[in-house]
Amino acid sequence: MSPVLNKSMESPAPTSSSSSPLPLADWTLPGIGLLKGMAVTATNMIQSYYRKDRMTTVQYPEERAPISPNFRNFPFLVYDGSDAMAGLRCTACLICENECPPKCIYIVLERDENGKSLKRPKVFDIDVSVCMNCGICVEVCPFDSIYMDGEYELSTPDRFDGLLFNKQRLARSTDYHAQLRPLEASEVATRREAEADKKLAAQAAKAAKANLDKQAKEQAAAELPAAAE
Amino acid sequence: MSLSPHTASSASMPELDEDELLHVSLGPQHPSTHGVFRMNVALDGETVVSLKPVFGYLHRNHEKIAEGVTYLSSMPFTDRLDYICPLTNNWAYAQAVEKLAGIEVPERAEYIRIITAELTRLINHTAFVGFFLGDMGAWGSALMYAFREREKILDLFEDLTGARMMSNYMRFGGCRNDLPDGWAARASVLVNEFPRFLDELENLITGNEILIARTQNIGALPKEVLINGGITGPMLRAAGVAYDIRKAEPYGIYDRFKFRIPLGAVGDCYDRLMIRLLELRESLSILRQALDQLPEGAYIHPKAKIRNFKPPVGEAYARIESPKGELGFYLISDGSAQPFRYRIRPPSLINLTLLEDMCLGLDLADVVLILGSVDIVLGEVDR
Amino acid sequence: MTPDLPAILARLRVALPAATLTHLRNPGPSGQDSLLVAPDHLGAVCQFLHDTAELDFDLLSNVTGIDWPEPAQADAVAVPVEGTTPAACGFLEVVYHLYSTALRVGPLVLRARTVDRVNQVHIPSVVAVYRSAELQEREIFDLYGVEFIGHPDLRRILMWDEFLDHPMRKDYVAPDDYQYEPTPHDAVLEKAQQHYTV
Repeated sequence: MSPVLNKSMESPAPTSSSSSPLPLADWTLPGIGLLKGMAVTATNMIQSYYRKDRMTTVQYPEERAPISPNFRNFPFLVYDGSDAMAGLRCTACLICENECPPKCIYIVLERDENGKSLKRPKVFDIDVSVCMNCGICVEVCPFDSIYMDGEYELSTPDRFDGLLFNKQRLARSTDYHAQLRPLEASEVATRREAEADKKLAAQAAKAAKANLDKQAKEQAAAELPAAAE
Repeated sequence: MSLSPHTASSASMPELDEDELLHVSLGPQHPSTHGVFRMNVALDGETVVSLKPVFGYLHRNHEKIAEGVTYLSSMPFTDRLDYICPLTNNWAYAQAVEKLAGIEVPERAEYIRIITAELTRLINHTAFVGFFLGDMGAWGSALMYAFREREKILDLFEDLTGARMMSNYMRFGGCRNDLPDGWAARASVLVNEFPRFLDELENLITGNEILIARTQNIGALPKEVLINGGITGPMLRAAGVAYDIRKAEPYGIYDRFKFRIPLGAVGDCYDRLMIRLLELRESLSILRQALDQLPEGAYIHPKAKIRNFKPPVGEAYARIESPKGELGFYLISDGSAQPFRYRIRPPSLINLTLLEDMCLGLDLADVVLILGSVDIVLGEVDR
Repeated sequence: MTPDLPAILARLRVALPAATLTHLRNPGPSGQDSLLVAPDHLGAVCQFLHDTAELDFDLLSNVTGIDWPEPAQADAVAVPVEGTTPAACGFLEVVYHLYSTALRVGPLVLRARTVDRVNQVHIPSVVAVYRSAELQEREIFDLYGVEFIGHPDLRRILMWDEFLDHPMRKDYVAPDDYQYEPTPHDAVLEKAQQHYTV
């Protein structure tokens, strides 16, 4: 059974009919089409010596193509302050480890002698030979602690340990982040500041409220004996 | 190798002596097979009497992997299906999950999706022309010109998604990030400059007598056979069937745009090539309209969940018109964070169903052309 | 356009009174209900849907295999009418998504189920009606172990011929003796070491 075309929805542009919009579909003299094609290649070759838009090759490593600020390669960990290991924002919550599609992240939570969580990673490894640069760890991180790096010259002669990045290797300062992705970093910084301010304000409010409650209690306690009399 | 082809068209082949046949294993490592794909071809002289495709060299059981990870974690894996067109793969998957969970997509996100999808179609079809010419023996020039233009679009993708090819960009309910400053303007410049390249490409190839001699009346099948074989996309339209999911079942906001569906008359390799060239023009027209109308607003639904996403129990099948054909995702949710079943309907694989029918009775050199005209990517065929 | 499933079901009941057909409801927001077809009549149902001019389901777009170790899970996703007794044991299921290219209707979802997951895993092939099922049925045979009766060339397609198991089954255990690379988890390494020492 042949399909019935709903002509009202389509306006077919035929390819092989005589009303073809393509040039030279109805060729006449044999060889003209070939010559026309060769004219195109000749134009391309000649223009590649002087026209900017035809000179597309970048002579790496002498020259480097500019990197987009959005470009992502492997993840890094951000730390606040100057001490990389003390300032890591990561709390070892394991969310990125669970969401990582190829499962290249490995985290061990640091605990004190009593087994209480210290909310920081004892081990944070990323196997970059497995990592597929998707950036999902960045999206799911609720602590603004992991971001994608733009560094791409990472070849190493050691294919096992050289491609296993530990937390020392992964740690980068907030300045590095600000330089790499100014937009994203400033957005995160303002949000974190706002959150910290809010936290401080909430703490202050809580303290003030506690103070008030205490005063009220004292007052009530002072009034009680008076009422009893 | 058995000589009992089951296909209707091969039933008319005369009985041949098995000993007189030449068996050629074409592939799996062969430039004409577009990746690791193999065909066991039996030849009588130069004529193909049997062709059995062998799949699975790039099989990694993506569907099984997806059953063990969260819905979001499968998104970067979809980039690697048809790695020429990651953004349409992303869209197909995001659309299926949105159908499964009943998520709305903001208007701006729909526009961004259409813009990226049509840019992807530009990439796919230009690369197709280059590879197809390569299959025909014109290795080099056409492919290099196509890749030069493709690289400009990939630069746009890198700015937008962070990666040239492995975009991982669509999210359930929108897109991962908004367009960077000036991106739409740069895309407009590219869209306005592209027709000049297309003119050049058409001058290069369409009148070429060798191309016409090699491709016309090669590999055509009746349209009923093609539909029955599940062939979709440019392959089907080249045979004159006006079936494009963008028109037949408009997804996203395709119903807002004016564009035509180019149709072929014969369905041979020549028509398949021309269909792609004409579709490039229509994609440019969609792109122009979308970039002009691009509204302000949210790029992702404000209530879209990134962490702890669990769709309700149920199932959904959603499909899009990917540059290669109908790309569908069929998902079953049991209410947990991982899909119970995650099925991809790969256009590249299903378009190969009729490969033997198309090749029987032709020369071995035509097999390479026909395979090229199907436009397969092995990442999607083998999954 | 979504097909009018009750109307199609009524037509099928008139045309094929012997076929057992059940309307299964989809509890999710997608609204894609499905039609459970007894395997014996699958070919006839497909032929009818393909040949009837007013229905004209000429494109079998997608064929999916599913493994249901627990019948209750299947009944939660594709809900039968209340009071239906659930299947006695787990089963394999094949789902067909049909479209009409001319009428622009679809997807019509058909389901066919095997009796169990071990021995009675047969379902008739629909290749005679829809050629597009050819490679997809081979894939389901390969990955799930459903045997399609009447398939012209039922062989493994993605796995190699000597492979024994069906990797998409829910109870499939991955081998532990494949070549490993040390990863941070080292779970793979541990598994491999266990395999070779025991």
